[in-house]
Amino acid sequence: MELLLIFVAAVLTNNFVLHYFLGICPFLGVSSRIETAVGMGLAVIFVMTLTATVTWLIYHHVLVRFGLPFLEYAAFILVIASLVQVVEMFLRKFSPELYRALGIYLPLITTNCSILGLALFMVLREYDFIEGLVFGIGAGIGFTLVLTIMAGIREELAFADLPRAFRGAPITLITAGILALAFMGFSGLIRV
Amino acid sequence: MSRRPWYREYLKGLWEENPIFRMLLGMCPTLAVTTSAVNGLSMGLATTFVLTSTSLVVSIIRKLVPSQVRIATFTMIIATFVTVADLFLKAKFPAISKALGPYVPLIVVNCFILGRQEVFASKNPTGRSILDALGVGSGFIFALTLLGSIRELLGSGEVFGHEVIPSWHPWVVMILPAGAFLTLGFLVAAMNIIEERTR
Repeated sequence: MELLLIFVAAVLTNNFVLHYFLGICPFLGVSSRIETAVGMGLAVIFVMTLTATVTWLIYHHVLVRFGLPFLEYAAFILVIASLVQVVEMFLRKFSPELYRALGIYLPLITTNCSILGLALFMVLREYDFIEGLVFGIGAGIGFTLVLTIMAGIREELAFADLPRAFRGAPITLITAGILALAFMGFSGLIRV
Repeated sequence: MSRRPWYREYLKGLWEENPIFRMLLGMCPTLAVTTSAVNGLSMGLATTFVLTSTSLVVSIIRKLVPSQVRIATFTMIIATFVTVADLFLKAKFPAISKALGPYVPLIVVNCFILGRQEVFASKNPTGRSILDALGVGSGFIFALTLLGSIRELLGSGEVFGHEVIPSWHPWVVMILPAGAFLTLGFLVAAMNIIEERTR
């Protein structure tokens, strides 16, 4: 039950994008087409699940054991950067189409704050291994969900007749605001 | 190497290369911590400290770093200064540190810090790099404080904790995440209009 709560919270009520503002750069950058949005989402789910596992192990079995928690940020960012590198090599070999579609955004997952945010929240909330894993998967799915919804809306918006000043980023931000309002409807579901 | 007059290195960060309004980088902290003007300002100062220190170090060692490992090197330097800033805030300003929460460590992945190293500090001498970092940092502080003030004003009728509009009926939504997106959306649109008029 506890695990289900963590999962639903990560996907809906405390969504990483709309509640914690993590991963806004890819959210604004890759959300113009549904296909790339789904691809990016899958890459993020994958990297997040791996990150949750690896950073948990490193934090509890290396940093805490040797009394080095102050190296937390440096260690986490190194782990994430190497993981992204591995995923990139893997995709280039086994799915060149997806690799090309993701383009610059795959290496940018390294500076996607949602990945580091995930690791930090996991430590902050003192999750155990399984909770951390569920949290990672949930956060990834939540990110993909919002990114795909946004891409769907933006595909329609491309045909809208907007005032010039609002084209591009401003209308995307305002749409995200309305989406955040809609997601507030889920907030009665559970409390974290 | 850049050949602009030296004061332009500072000034360009305020407007034409403003990280928030023109480049749309570093959005996560911008949206997350601007629930009040004070939070926005302290986040801006912390980020500027990290950016300037990193630019200083990177411009000094720019000829020693092989280009294959430069991103990793820059990131580690950034992470070091973020740790310094985080420990400093925790020790001296625990209230602010608490309000900013995990967004202080998240300065590590603030894309425009790495961006400035890649675009500027790794190619220019120390003096110019520091001016560039201070300029972009000031642009960031300006954007965050403006956004924080607007949200605080509409959300509670106060700015920096001082009552501005007496008996204001607070728009709670401005303090919530949705308010951040809406305010920034309208601000960027406003900046686009100003840019168009002045051109």
